Amino acid sequence: MEDYVVEMRHITKQFGSYKANNDISLQLKKGEILALLGENGAGKSTLMGMLSGLLEPTDGEILINGKSVKMDNPRNAKKLGIGMVHQHFMLIPAFSVLENIILGDEPTKATRIDYRKAANDIEKLAEKYHLDIDVNAKVRDITVGMQQRVEIMKALYRKANIFIFDEPTAALTPQEIEQLIKILRALAAEGNSVIFITHKLKEIKEVADRCVVIRMGKVVETVQVAETKEETLAEMMVGRKINFAVEKEETDKSKTVLAVSNLSVEAHALLKVKDLNLIVHSGEIVGVAGVDGNGQSELIEAITGLRKIKKGSVELKGKALQNLNARKISEAGIGCIPEDRQNVGLILPFTIAENLVLKSYHKKPASQHGLLNYKKINEMGRQLIKSFDIRSQSEKELAGDLSGGNQQKVIVAREISASPDLLIAANPTRGVDIGAIEYIHEKIIEQRNAGRGVLLISFELDEILKLSDRIVVMHEGQIVGEIDPRHTSSEELGLMMAGKAPIEQEG
Amino acid sequence: MHTKSLKGLTIPLVSVLAGFIVGAILMLIFGYDPLQNYQNLLVGSFGGVYSIGETLRNMISLILTALGFAVASKAGFFNIGGPGQYLIGWFGAIVFTLKFSYLPAIILIIGALLCGALAGGLWSMVAGILRAYFGTSEVITTIMLNYIVLYIVNFAVKSWLAGKGSDSSPNIAAKANLNTPFLQRITDNSTFNWGFFIALAVVGLVWFYFNKTKSGFEIQAVGLNESASQYAGVNVKKTIITAMLISGLLAGLGGAIDGLGNFQNISVSNNLPNVGYNGMAVALLAAENPIGIVFAALLFSALQIGGLSISVYSNTPSEIVDIVIASIIFFVGIKYAFELIAKKGWFKRKNREEKGGAEK
Ligand SMILES: Nc1ncnc2c1ncn2[C@@H]1O[C@H](COP(=O)(O)OP(=O)(O)OP(=O)(O)O)[C@@H](O)[C@H]1O
Ligand SMILES: [Mg+2]
Repeated sequence: MEDYVVEMRHITKQFGSYKANNDISLQLKKGEILALLGENGAGKSTLMGMLSGLLEPTDGEILINGKSVKMDNPRNAKKLGIGMVHQHFMLIPAFSVLENIILGDEPTKATRIDYRKAANDIEKLAEKYHLDIDVNAKVRDITVGMQQRVEIMKALYRKANIFIFDEPTAALTPQEIEQLIKILRALAAEGNSVIFITHKLKEIKEVADRCVVIRMGKVVETVQVAETKEETLAEMMVGRKINFAVEKEETDKSKTVLAVSNLSVEAHALLKVKDLNLIVHSGEIVGVAGVDGNGQSELIEAITGLRKIKKGSVELKGKALQNLNARKISEAGIGCIPEDRQNVGLILPFTIAENLVLKSYHKKPASQHGLLNYKKINEMGRQLIKSFDIRSQSEKELAGDLSGGNQQKVIVAREISASPDLLIAANPTRGVDIGAIEYIHEKIIEQRNAGRGVLLISFELDEILKLSDRIVVMHEGQIVGEIDPRHTSSEELGLMMAGKAPIEQEG
Repeated sequence: MHTKSLKGLTIPLVSVLAGFIVGAILMLIFGYDPLQNYQNLLVGSFGGVYSIGETLRNMISLILTALGFAVASKAGFFNIGGPGQYLIGWFGAIVFTLKFSYLPAIILIIGALLCGALAGGLWSMVAGILRAYFGTSEVITTIMLNYIVLYIVNFAVKSWLAGKGSDSSPNIAAKANLNTPFLQRITDNSTFNWGFFIALAVVGLVWFYFNKTKSGFEIQAVGLNESASQYAGVNVKKTIITAMLISGLLAGLGGAIDGLGNFQNISVSNNLPNVGYNGMAVALLAAENPIGIVFAALLFSALQIGGLSISVYSNTPSEIVDIVIASIIFFVGIKYAFELIAKKGWFKRKNREEKGGAEK
């Protein structure tokens, strides 16, 4: 019999009458990287929540190094050497990166927090693992990618020997993912054990030793990754064949949907978008590629009316939109799947149905004469839940109780079902499982085929290459070039984004 | 849904019980008889039509100031302006009644109540505007506005309403009194007045506002997630100001009703009216639920009214009820600790039962 670092035996977790985990058993060996694969809502985060002391199992047993343990709070888990990088960040926006990292584990010198030592330790770790973070920045000012790196640093700083990474790559750029994979390998090589959750099969193939596949709260299979093909993994997870190819019809691209001219936008007194020009035609998907933090967020915020425009103009079908408020812009026909689903896209304590009408609650049929029509709202909610396959117990479930991928699907359902003239999609498939990605991609292409414009911002180069009719590369607040996805590989695109390859200007 | 509301009740009920226990322990330590005193308290608040009338009348302003606090709080604001808004509402209602005393009773009363409510609303809106446009903390502005209104009202009463050598305004015309002879007769001359029914109706309105209206939806959205609301196209500034306006309207209405139904005049005062602060406590105990506020107000009102008789029937100082009230609030405040205990203790047992049930 083998010695396991972690053994979870017959774990069941119930929320009310709903079994999120149903008799799951799982073993983790020393020095191993174990992948956890499953659809949105399959129960991965729930299972890991129990291992990290956030949730308590309804039934079952957890053994660490062969000893049965009671994991009833995160401190216990920490004492046992378990460090978890959560799917949804647990950072305090008003604190600096440094304060967030050391919170709960502050080094002290004569009862005072020893910030210098903390900063030194973090710097050493950052160097060792090549993690680029700015310890002095306030968390509320940093990008989602940087927040993800801070979460990773938190786990490293706590000197765990069992690491759980819950979808750490969903918000990272390809370069950052590469770096993270190196970190995972290094951790395992040092004798640590790692559980790694991701929806990206490529990453599993690249780094994991074994893979546990979960479907609807149950383990369906545990496989050796080296002996299993990506397609097989996908099929085991979804329970059916996945169609990876997309079908794009010929469309009429003669009309201009969005015209952005000489746009300049400031954030935190820095010029983040500089004299930018961009056009999206009807029946066209324009992909914006670029390293995180090069003004993409500010560009979206400016177009959608969430950020003041300093200079320049934004026109939708010839109608000037600059500096109108968000409601007017959305009514004019711009939909947006925002980058930050939990802080911007959703109101977590509201129900799914309420979130689905977040942009249309003020008009018929959701409301009339100032009164909300909950019958209609819930009915519309049920329809969208069904057509977008949002895995939930009912339309009255709180959005905050949904799994991460299903939260994303709520936003996608709301924005796409409104059929806007221009759909802005920022990482639309972030944290979404392969089956759902297929579906969301289909829906985005449907918008395009129907003659609408789509502006796609994504860190997933494959996604950009697959969906876009045209790709523009954004660097330091400007569009530095345009490429044809049909003649570009993801490697080439990656190099161009990093400024390491010349960009051929087309047409 | 059902289990959820039960769980929601646990904390206030446990807090109330714990508050009474603390009071009892203190009484034991100082040699008073807790059982006797609690009995006197009960008799003092519910022992006859007179005391019931008093207790219900005392609920009116508690309910309305609590609702006011709750509305602001749903929008994410801590409105400490209740006392000032209540006071200016009281003042506004008295001024209206005195200056338009020739109007027919019903119009005079409605006008006075509206005038008081509006005064409270506009006063509170000042804090809302400062918050929306300049990001000024409403905690600070509402406290400052409380004192400003206290001194303005004192000045106005003294130099404008009160006669020479007096510190009070004249009494309002009898026709504007909400405490009618009929009510006096059936409640043994208590101060119970029609305002109680107005307060209950307002509870219904506020519940409706939050659960059915667009504007109530927006207030909650902004309170829970401002960025998401902005993204959804909600006019956040307008919503903040609306919330503060409604909050002040409610507290102002409380003052107006008390002015017409209880005091019949307004006097110079050294302190802000306590009811504004007690209303906050009521709202906290009720977790800002409009229906819950009625019950929390009933409890606080009974404690206050019944507390008066504690020192009448024994030598126990009536301050003991203030200690009970304070302890209840304290326990509500540390609900986090209760949640932890609940999570560790009973709920685990309940889980097991549930599971056992499922297996059968
Ligand atoms: N606190 C909760 N209350 C009720 N249901 C919950 C709660 N937390 C999770 N669930 C439900 O449990 C199921 C499993 O959720 P979980 O977050 O574990 O999924 P996941 O596998 O991590 O999915 P994803 O890939 O989307 O992150 C979901 O259907 C979710 O709605
Ligand atoms: Mg998850």
